[in-house]
Amino acid sequence: MSAGETIAAAAQPRTLAPFGRRPARVAAVDEHGAYRVVWASDPHGPRDPRPGQFYMLATVVNWGGGEDERPYLPRAFSHCRVVAEPEGDTRPRLGFMLDAVGPGTERLAALEPGEDLWIVGPLGLGFRTPAHGRALLVGGGIGTAPILALADELGRSSAVLLGFRSAAHAAVSSLFAAEPQLSTDDGSAGRHALVTDLLRVELDRDPVATVFACGPPPMLEAVRALCAARGVDAQLALESGMACGYGACFGCAVPTKSGFVRLCLDGPVLDASELDTALFEGAGH
Amino acid sequence: MTAPASSPSPAAAPPSRDPGEGTGLPPSAGPIDLCGVELAGPILNASGTFDAIAARRAFGDALLERFPFHAFVSKTVTLEPRAGNPPPRLWEAPAGLLNSIGLPNKGIEGFLRHDLPLLAELPAPLVVSVMGFDRGELERLVGAVGGRPEVALIELNFSCPNVETGLEMGAEPAEAARAVASVRPLTDTPLLVKLSPSASDPPAVAAAAAEEGADGIVLINTLRGSALDPRTRRPWLGGGGGGLSGAAVRAVALAQVAGVSARVDLPLIGMGGVASGAHAADLLAAGARAVGVGTESFRDPGAGNRIGGELAGLAARRIARPSGHPVESLKLG
Repeated sequence: MSAGETIAAAAQPRTLAPFGRRPARVAAVDEHGAYRVVWASDPHGPRDPRPGQFYMLATVVNWGGGEDERPYLPRAFSHCRVVAEPEGDTRPRLGFMLDAVGPGTERLAALEPGEDLWIVGPLGLGFRTPAHGRALLVGGGIGTAPILALADELGRSSAVLLGFRSAAHAAVSSLFAAEPQLSTDDGSAGRHALVTDLLRVELDRDPVATVFACGPPPMLEAVRALCAARGVDAQLALESGMACGYGACFGCAVPTKSGFVRLCLDGPVLDASELDTALFEGAGH
Repeated sequence: MTAPASSPSPAAAPPSRDPGEGTGLPPSAGPIDLCGVELAGPILNASGTFDAIAARRAFGDALLERFPFHAFVSKTVTLEPRAGNPPPRLWEAPAGLLNSIGLPNKGIEGFLRHDLPLLAELPAPLVVSVMGFDRGELERLVGAVGGRPEVALIELNFSCPNVETGLEMGAEPAEAARAVASVRPLTDTPLLVKLSPSASDPPAVAAAAAEEGADGIVLINTLRGSALDPRTRRPWLGGGGGGLSGAAVRAVALAQVAGVSARVDLPLIGMGGVASGAHAADLLAAGARAVGVGTESFRDPGAGNRIGGELAGLAARRIARPSGHPVESLKLG
């Protein structure tokens, strides 16, 4: 690699993945209301994945053979937190937040300590920091995962706004070091509002900010439209069905102002200004 | 009873008899000759299932140090740039994958300028896959890549169920013959023909291509399939239908490789659902010279390394224990 390429790489929010899949043992599984966090020891992986990067996960045993002989392909997840292994070991342990919504997430959410995962990663481009002005972190539902990793990095200098369906899902907000602002669809925790309502109040208060967001496509589209109207920079962590996670399959194409991009390679974090909409066909799958 | 001296005795095996025959184990996972090109082993990627340039961005130069293929096949290049199909492009099928990607690529000019120099850095011979929507396009494509020193072989993609062409060169023997005949005089670079598994008689298409000077045959491509959105019962894939790959098509690949092998005497590159060294050994036993790894690379970027290693392990066992071994790659249960 030439010196020029090294400098270019350092400016990119990408930590390189070791080549190939590797085993990672489940060290612990925590329940947080409706979600589970699976902690996987990754002794051969980098200690510094960027918040917003992701890993492809599959279980070593019983991946497939479920309903319709699925799952078959690995599933993409952003890590929600990186901790060091206990007892002075500096090797990384990765947290993955799970909501069982299909055959892949059902199998992963059923993982028990001692089971093994195949993992590939970290992949893609994460959030780009520092923020211009205040950092406003906006998470919706299971999309809270990379927002937690980013909050860990930014510390108390950021404001965290989270939206959930209900109090059971909002339980995961206890993982944040600083108390986030909460909203729920049913009003069972925090404000009975959309998380974009919380964001609007924050932008009214101080519009010099950068928004970092991850959540369901309608939420991301609302964040995009709001930030576009206010002229606020926003980075959106999107989701699109992926088979491989490293640019091989061309399956996760997302329409941007400059044509299709492979979300796994040029995302999953995209500048909101690159998008006409975050509600494209296939978004969130 | 003593056999007459004039007739060969079946009991006295000729000295060239393969001692590993009947073991079900592959003779070698080592170097092969593929249409005059020396490969360090028999494992390739299926076109469109591994983007070495993208993989280098994700994995860095570790990709080159442990490059998973003995030859690298480019994504199919067309004359003009293509954006590809609208999303969604993927559907997880039972033990397989349905895709509707639509051949996104930079077009031949962009490929030669941007991609070819990077692909030439790979530690394996390069196969460039091309697809023309008529014979004129195909001729211009072959003319552009043929004879380039970076290009060891050319793959003519005669089938892609994702693109609405109305004309599939791999579907009919006469159509395939005309296409090969039109490009054969343009280059000395070996030409591989990638068959369509949807042809009614793939061996006949292979024979027609061989007759007009094809140097090798690649099979199988994806099988046509479709999936419906469970909420609307409308087609899920943005391109309408798609191509099925993965474990679900492995048995089809084995049958088609065996069928074409019985009909034509050209090197075959067999592929379709290969996920292990045993699967590769099956295709070699069915008559393939080399084996392509496709969808399994999505599940494991280093699948080519693993499958090549497993194949070498099987070959080593054949040498170590050369008789009476069960045919384990084909056993049931």
